[in-house]
Amino acid sequence: MLSKVAERVYWTARYLERVENTARLIRVYDNLLFDLPRSLNFGWYNLIIINSAQKEFGERYTVEDERNVIKFLLGDESSSCSMVTSLQMIRENVRTTRDVVPEETWELVNELSLYVEANIQQGVNRSQRHTFLDGVVKGCQQILGLLYGTMPHDAAWDFLRLGRNLERADMNTRIMDAGITAVLHVEDNDTAVNSRQIIWGNVLRSLGADQAYRRTTRVAVRGETVAHYLLEDREFPRSIAHCVGAIIQSAAALPRSKDVVTALKQIESNLFDEVDYQQLGDPLREYINDLQQELAAIHSLIAGNWFAGMEQSQQQAAG
Amino acid sequence: MANDWKNYSSGDFFDELMSSPGNARQPARKIVSYLKSLSAEDIAARRQAAESTIREMGVSFTVYSEGGNIDRAWPFDIIPRVISNKQWAVAEAGLKQRLRALNLFINDLYHDQKIIKDGIIPEFVLKQSKNYRKECEGITPPFGVWAHICGTDLVRAGDGEFYVLEDNLRVPSGVSYMLENRAITKRVLPELFEQSEIAPVDDYPARLFDTLAALSPRKGKKPVIVVLTPGIYNSAYFEHAYLAQQMGAELVEGSDLVVDSDDCVYMKTISGLERVDVIYRRIDDLFLDPEVFDKKSVLGVAGLMRAWRAGNVALANAPGAGVADDKVVYAYVPQVIKYYLDEDPILPNVETFLCYDDKQREYVLANLDKLVVKPANESGGYGMLVGPHSTKKERETFAGLIKANPRNYVAQPTLALSTAPTLVEKNELEPRHLDLRPFILQGNDIYVTRGGLTRVAMKKGSLVVNSSQGGGSKDTWIVDA
Repeated sequence: MLSKVAERVYWTARYLERVENTARLIRVYDNLLFDLPRSLNFGWYNLIIINSAQKEFGERYTVEDERNVIKFLLGDESSSCSMVTSLQMIRENVRTTRDVVPEETWELVNELSLYVEANIQQGVNRSQRHTFLDGVVKGCQQILGLLYGTMPHDAAWDFLRLGRNLERADMNTRIMDAGITAVLHVEDNDTAVNSRQIIWGNVLRSLGADQAYRRTTRVAVRGETVAHYLLEDREFPRSIAHCVGAIIQSAAALPRSKDVVTALKQIESNLFDEVDYQQLGDPLREYINDLQQELAAIHSLIAGNWFAGMEQSQQQAAG
Repeated sequence: MANDWKNYSSGDFFDELMSSPGNARQPARKIVSYLKSLSAEDIAARRQAAESTIREMGVSFTVYSEGGNIDRAWPFDIIPRVISNKQWAVAEAGLKQRLRALNLFINDLYHDQKIIKDGIIPEFVLKQSKNYRKECEGITPPFGVWAHICGTDLVRAGDGEFYVLEDNLRVPSGVSYMLENRAITKRVLPELFEQSEIAPVDDYPARLFDTLAALSPRKGKKPVIVVLTPGIYNSAYFEHAYLAQQMGAELVEGSDLVVDSDDCVYMKTISGLERVDVIYRRIDDLFLDPEVFDKKSVLGVAGLMRAWRAGNVALANAPGAGVADDKVVYAYVPQVIKYYLDEDPILPNVETFLCYDDKQREYVLANLDKLVVKPANESGGYGMLVGPHSTKKERETFAGLIKANPRNYVAQPTLALSTAPTLVEKNELEPRHLDLRPFILQGNDIYVTRGGLTRVAMKKGSLVVNSSQGGGSKDTWIVDA
C-alpha cells in the first residue's frame, strides 16, 4: 500500500470520527439546556475552548453566543474545525483513495455531505437541531457499518482503525472536558447533586455509553465512576483504554511496526498513572490536557513510521 | 410540449433514433415506443433520478476557470443513443484495422522510416511533428505496440455512415463516463434492460487490465500495475481514480514513484519500496521525466525514460505514440492502412485539406466561412475555427495563422453531424448533434468497446461536443436488430 494512500485513509477515518463526535458534543450541550435549572449559566463558548479553537473563533466572531458557536462548529467553511470542513476533507481523501475502500463509501460520503449541506440551517436553529444532529450521527454510522460489513481486514483497514481510534480517544477527552466544565459551573446549593448527575448522565449518553455503563458498573451515575469508566474500561469501544488498545493491535498488524509498538506499549502502561478520581474539577481537566498530548504523540509515531519515513525505508530496501 | 415524439424533427440532419416525425428507426423501436408510453411527469421523474444518481455517485469532471477549478456534475441525457449490432460490427472491424496500422506506422517511424523512404508520407511532416520524440528512436516496446489505448472519434454524417474524425493516441479520456452512463441508465430505465438485448460494456476495466498485464517485463510474476495521474486537479482525475479502482491497480502520482540506480521503478509503500511493472500513465510525454523532457516537471518521475528504455517497466501509451495523433498524419491514415496492411480502409476519413499544400491552402483560405479549421496538435476542441459560426474578424485571424504556419493547420468541411432526440429545458425533445468515441485496446490482443462514449452538443445547433465546452453525454446501446 502506498504511504500516501495510507495517510489519506487514516485521515478519512479521523475526519469521519470528528464529524460524528462534533455532533455528539453539541448534543451534550443541547440536552443540558433542557434538563438543567435556568439559573445555571454555562457558556456555549466552552465548546470553542475544548476544541482549542479560541483564536480561529475570535478572528470571525466577536459575540460568543450560542448561535455563533454553533455556526462556527457546524457550517463555517473557512474554519478548519467545522463539520462542513471535515466533510470536505473526507470527500477529498476518499476521492483519492477510492481504490482501497469499498466502492459505496464514496456514494455514502457524498450523501452525507449533501445531507449536511441541505440541512445545516436546521442545526443552527435550536428547534430542529436534535433531528439534524441525529441524522449526521446516523450517516456516519452508516459509513462505519459499510466498512465493517464489506472491507477486508487489510492494511487499509488497519489505517482506518488507527485513525478512528485515535480521533475517538481525542474526542472522548473533549466530550469529558465539556462535562467537567459544565460541572464547574454548578453552584453548591440544593439542586447541585441533581445537576451534576444530569451532566454526567449526558456525557455518557452523548457517547452512547449510558446503558453499557449501568450494566458494567451497576452503580448510579456519579462523576468519579463515569470518569473511570470512560477512561479505563477496556470493553467499551469509545473508552480511552479500549481505543489505545485497538491502536496497538492495528499497529502490530502493519509492516515494519516493531519499534512503534514498543513505544505505544510504553505510553499505554503509564496512561492512567496520574489520574485522581477524587478530584473531578480542575485537576481532572489538567490530566485530560496531558492525555491529549499523549494522543498527539501517538499520532506522531504513526505518521513518522508509515507516512513520512520514506528515506529510511528506501535505505532498507537498498540494504 | 414535453415528451412529444410526433412532432420531433431533426430537419435535414440524419437522426440516430428517428427516421421521420413519430417513426423510429428499426434498432430504436423498442426504446422509442417505451419512452412514448411514459407521461411527461414520468420523464421528469426519471430525469430527476438520473441527476441525483450522478450526484450520489459523485460522477464529476473538473472545469478550469479563472475562479479556480470547479467540480461539475457530469452532464447526462437519459435518452440513449442506439446503434444496431450489424452496423457496429463494421465500425468495430474498421477501428481494429486502423489501430493495427497506426501502431505499425509508429513503430516504423522510430526505426527504419520505410514509409517515408517509400515516399508515401513527406519527410517534413515527421520533422515538424510536435509529438515526434527523438528519445524513442530504436526502441521496440512489447509486441511492437506503442498506442495501447486509443480513443477514436467517429461521426455520422448526412448519409448515416460512420466517418473517423480523429484518433486520440496520447492519453484519451472518457471511458469512465461510458461506464458510468451505463450504470446510471440501468438505475433510471431498468425496464428497458429486460426488454432488449443491449451489449454490456462493463468488461472494459478487465480488458484494460489484461492489456496492461501482458506488457509486464517480469514474466511469470503477478504484475504490479499503477495508474499515474497528474493529481486531483486534473480534469480527468475522476477517471484516473475510477479506472485504478476498477482494475485493482494503485493510483499514483509522480511523487509516489522513484527510479533507483538499478533502472527499475519503485513505489513508496508502507512496507518500503515495491517494484512497478506497468505504468498506465495519464500525463503527457513532456511531463513524464524531468531528466529527459521538461526539466521543471514535478508531475513525472526522474529516470522513468531510463527505466523504460532498459525494458524494466512498460509505459502505456508508450512515449512518442502521439506522433500519429496529428491531424496532418490523420489525413494520410488511408494510405497508412494500405501501406502496412495492404487492405482498403473499412472506415473512411472525413475529407481533409492540408494547408501546407499550396493548392489546398488556397482553397481553404477562399472557403474559410464553410470549413472547420483545426490546429494539427490540439485536443479538447480548442483553437478551432468553425467557419459557418465565425465572425469576419475570427476568419481573418485564422487566415493569418494559417499563412504563418501552414504545416500546423488542416481544414475539413463543416459536417452535417447526426442528431438524436435530447431532453432540453422543460423536458421538451429537441435534436442535438453528437459524436461517438469508442475505445480500442491493443497489446497481445485487440479489443473495441461495444459502443463508446456518445458526446452531445447541448446547445441548440452547436457542433462542439467537448464537456469542457458545454457538451453532455448519452448512454450508447449496441442492440440486436
